[in-house]
Amino acid sequence: MIFRRRVRRARNGGFDLHIPKDEREMLRSVGPSLREVLVDRATALQPGEDEAVDRLFPAAYPDDEERQAEFRLLAHDQLLESHLGALAVLEETADADHLDEDQLLAWMRALNNIRLVLGVRLGVTEDRDEWPDSLDDPRAPAFAMYQYLTYLQGEIIEELSA
Amino acid sequence: MTTAPVEVKQPDIDDVVVPDRPWIVIVWNDPINLMSYVTFVFQKLFGYSLEKATKLMLDVHEKGRAVVSSGPREKAELDVFRLHEHGLWATMEHES
Repeated sequence: MIFRRRVRRARNGGFDLHIPKDEREMLRSVGPSLREVLVDRATALQPGEDEAVDRLFPAAYPDDEERQAEFRLLAHDQLLESHLGALAVLEETADADHLDEDQLLAWMRALNNIRLVLGVRLGVTEDRDEWPDSLDDPRAPAFAMYQYLTYLQGEIIEELSA
Repeated sequence: MTTAPVEVKQPDIDDVVVPDRPWIVIVWNDPINLMSYVTFVFQKLFGYSLEKATKLMLDVHEKGRAVVSSGPREKAELDVFRLHEHGLWATMEHES
């Protein structure tokens, strides 16, 4: 396989994308699974019931119930809108060959959100000792997805920082 | 033998005017966010230099947490919100 950068800052502004077809498929699958957590589970569940939901909507005041309730009342819907807005950009531009900076920033946030969900579900740690060593492991596809998104996220940040 | 309880007039806590002590915004370590990402977000949200953002990121990574901003409650809440928009695990508390 020839290594080719997926994201590159373009000379005339914005960013060029070189993402193969099968990877575009993976990116398109992000939408439904992230929306399920952001909307369905976040609506149905209370804080503390699902670590992935809590990771996308963290408590500002973990030790102060009253202030946290106030904060949640003000912030939750806005945060949901913000997360969904970033995801909508990713979905609308999943086949694009070129993105402007705002669009790439939205990709960055949406991809990070799905990484948070996958990472929590897979129990990812800094040591990575939980990573499956065989492709027969039932968790292997999810780990592969996580690994791919991590790689892509890394390139996006590198290009945005350049 | 016992003595009668002496009623001591306690100052009413609610009457004491507490000046608005500054709030601090804390980012906690997590195993998922990339180090380069955390550094990038600190630069983007707070306008920190690469050096300062990197130092804060390393504090988060190595010490488990870092204070990334401070100020009145409204400002701290907005900073927490913007960090949450970027998937960072941020909380706020009174400066001790």
